[in-house]
Amino acid sequence: MSERLEIGLETLRNEMDSKVQSFFSSCVRCGICAEACLFYTETQDPRYTPIYKTEPLRKLWQKEYSFWGKLSKAMGISKPMTEADLADWEELVYDGCSMCGRCSMVCPVGVDISGIIFKVKHGLAKAGFSPEGLVGATKRAVEIGSPMGITLPTVQAMIKHVEADTGLKVPMDVEGADYMALLSSNEIALYPEYLESLVKIFDHAGVSWTLSSHAFEATNAGLQLGDKKIAGQLVQRVVDGAEKLKVKNVISPECGHAYTALRWEGPNFIGKAYPFRVVHILELLDELKAEGRLNTTGLESDRLTFHDPCSIVRRGGVNAQPRNLLGAISADFVEMEDHGSMNWCCGGGGGVSSNERAHELKLTAFNKKKSQVLATGAVGLVTACSNCRTTLEEGVEENEMEVEVLGLTEMIAAHLAEKPASTQNA
Amino acid sequence: MIQQIIEGPLWYLSLAVFCIGVVWRLGSIIFASRKQDLSAPRGSAAPGAIRTVFSRFLPHREIASQITLPVVAGYMFHLGLFALLFFAAPHVIFIEEHLLGIGWTPMPHWAFIVAAQFAFFGLIVLWLRRMVSPVGRLISTLDDHVSAILTFVVMLTGCFALLEGSTGLRLLHRFTVELWLIYFPFSALMHTFTFVPSRAFTGAWFGRRGIDA
Repeated sequence: MSERLEIGLETLRNEMDSKVQSFFSSCVRCGICAEACLFYTETQDPRYTPIYKTEPLRKLWQKEYSFWGKLSKAMGISKPMTEADLADWEELVYDGCSMCGRCSMVCPVGVDISGIIFKVKHGLAKAGFSPEGLVGATKRAVEIGSPMGITLPTVQAMIKHVEADTGLKVPMDVEGADYMALLSSNEIALYPEYLESLVKIFDHAGVSWTLSSHAFEATNAGLQLGDKKIAGQLVQRVVDGAEKLKVKNVISPECGHAYTALRWEGPNFIGKAYPFRVVHILELLDELKAEGRLNTTGLESDRLTFHDPCSIVRRGGVNAQPRNLLGAISADFVEMEDHGSMNWCCGGGGGVSSNERAHELKLTAFNKKKSQVLATGAVGLVTACSNCRTTLEEGVEENEMEVEVLGLTEMIAAHLAEKPASTQNA
Repeated sequence: MIQQIIEGPLWYLSLAVFCIGVVWRLGSIIFASRKQDLSAPRGSAAPGAIRTVFSRFLPHREIASQITLPVVAGYMFHLGLFALLFFAAPHVIFIEEHLLGIGWTPMPHWAFIVAAQFAFFGLIVLWLRRMVSPVGRLISTLDDHVSAILTFVVMLTGCFALLEGSTGLRLLHRFTVELWLIYFPFSALMHTFTFVPSRAFTGAWFGRRGIDA
């Protein structure tokens, strides 16, 4: 047995917990999960059936944990797992799965298929069966601090522009601030208007906040790759930054997997609970609105619809907040037919958008979103994840759709009313 | 001789394998390692677990039209089999005389016929779908086919056993039931019990995150 195979199998063995065993004991291979997966519905390729993507772990369970597997081994007729059992699944789990979790919502016996696929990814990553693009992004995240190679001077240059455009100060390394904001790589490189919006909104609402020169990057390439150790290192960087500045809250930006990494998986990756709260920017905006600290004016007259980022809504539970916020600034907001926790993914999540090899497949998968958006007649497609946003923009462009992709935080900033009396002197 | 074995040692052996096997399988799942989730919960795990155990009996509206066939066939099979198992007159008598010491009102003959038709139709449709659809063919395992065929044979011999004059057919049914009981704990048939912890684990996970699943 090769060393990489042994590492991969040992990693998978460590994932064989109570949940996994109950899942594999319950699955009857009904195939219903296929109908929930856009990689299957848009290609009709049965290999993209979600439960099939878990085969490496199921096979290991069958061989080493089931009665028949143990009996076969004792009788010396069990065939050992090979490198092909891992290598042949690389394309399926990295290119053909955006970790959207829709399959986990429909399984009749309750298997969290998406959760198992992440465990398979972890095994493949450890064994070195991962796409080059993602491995490179993860390496840059560890060595440089950002998967896109963005450094502090780049952020500082962006801050200068934002300060010049808004006339407002962007606080950096302010100890004791209530909130520490983070940015995703896309928001630094492609959507600087996100930071500009934060500055305006927080000034309007009188929020005590800061950026950290130590931890400005929220993107977690380790999570996308499926490497828990690296994901933990990247989370620890944020935790260190937050603890150094003694902030009470950390704001996850408009980035789905960053929210998952920070809010839900981070404490498990680093093995301890946080001394601060993690809040998604949409949760915070909704809280500020409810407290009367965030007032908007004017309504968008164009028809708008909302693309639910899977990691924020279905797997993150931030469902009502974007709708509350959109309701305050739109006169013609319409939902897509399947929305909220049963939305369809854009096709670029789970590291697919960082994986050049998956480009064509991603565009094919986008056809589901295309038909959904066109059915609404909306001219504005609002979302709250920069990764979704780039995927949607690419799909819109590729399909020559007459739709503008918009970020929700920016839309809120564009509709800010006069400062509330309580924050006039802030 | 064969009758004595089937009604004696083999019956007790199959019952023991079934009971011990099911308890062992459930125990190995429940007592396997479980990592504590260190993230701050938004909601409660227990209500989420209970909700999902029941909510998954019905498909989500958003996907219902795509999975009508397996859902309808699945319900026909499972409800039909449940009715046959616990309310067919010969089974009620058997349970009273050999297992629990108490009985209940069996279903009338017409209901038995309807239940049997439901169960057979559902099982055959589910198995054909498994054989015909590219997804079913790709993901099905030998165990899935053995489980389905063994269940079919048990149901078929059960119908034969209704010819009460034939001891041989009744013994054949009892023998297939014993094989089914022995196979049960080591097969996909275990989903009869394990679907509960499976749904509960997932429901608890979603519940902590404040999501209805």
